[in-house]
Amino acid sequence: MSRVRAFGLFWWDFVVGDDWRSAAGILFAIGITAALVAAGVDAWWLMPPAVAGVLALSLRRASR
Amino acid sequence: MTAAFLIASAFLASAVEFVEALTIVLAAGITRGWRSSLAGLGAATLALAVIVAALGPTLTLIPIDALRLVVGALLLAFGLQWLRKAILRASGYKALHDEAEIFAREQAGARAAGSEQRAGLDWYGFTLSFKGVLLEGLEVAFIVITFGSAQGSIGLAALGAAVALVLVAIVGFTVRGPLTRVPENTLKFAVGVMLTTFGIFWSTEGAGAHWPGDDASLPAVLAFVILLSAGAVGTLRRRRLAFA
Repeated sequence: MSRVRAFGLFWWDFVVGDDWRSAAGILFAIGITAALVAAGVDAWWLMPPAVAGVLALSLRRASR
Repeated sequence: MTAAFLIASAFLASAVEFVEALTIVLAAGITRGWRSSLAGLGAATLALAVIVAALGPTLTLIPIDALRLVVGALLLAFGLQWLRKAILRASGYKALHDEAEIFAREQAGARAAGSEQRAGLDWYGFTLSFKGVLLEGLEVAFIVITFGSAQGSIGLAALGAAVALVLVAIVGFTVRGPLTRVPENTLKFAVGVMLTTFGIFWSTEGAGAHWPGDDASLPAVLAFVILLSAGAVGTLRRRRLAFA
């Protein structure tokens, strides 16, 4: 394995870990928040329930 | 409030990582010799200092909203990993983190390894200690740099980490064994909650939204994450018992 690939895998595992769907869900929620802000909606209320949903789904997968 | 929260978060997160690093350094020192183990500790500390010194000032040049967006997203992804594991441990779906068991495993591995001398050091002891401290230390560096830069005060975050380092080093030197009495699972839970709280707060701000009352809403976000986590632990415990 090349050193670059190993370095990339280390950081992927470090930040994303074994549940990439959670990281993707977070990015999606942030994107929606930014889109709503761009449309003139101060969407500060979006991230807390989005995180709750991402966490619930992740726990459901892990506890099956 | 925010400054105290920042220092406390950096302190707790760093303390957890330093306890884990101490276990590895002790295992390497006791089985392979202190000289090699401490040389590994020193080399890793130096490498970490270079990383923090290079990255810290660079990050402060990035506009604060862009930085909070990236840092918030990273902390949320990173923090949710901690929180998920902590919830699974607290609800019985994952084995509790046991420092004594890890110490015994590291010692057994170190005893079984062959002997190779390089630069006058036992190479296994040196690399075991170096890798352990570097990997645990990278998490500390990541937290200090992201927390500090997003809040505009790397110094305060570094202060929290430094206090944790001194405390763990003193207790470790006194005990000369793995710090099994440190409530590590509880600490990890607290760190997961804090990382997730900061992640929610900064990613929202970075996306351009504004919290009502600005920084004053941070305790409300913290309360939300605590309630969410406690609810998740309760639900999973009931579910596990129902299927037992």
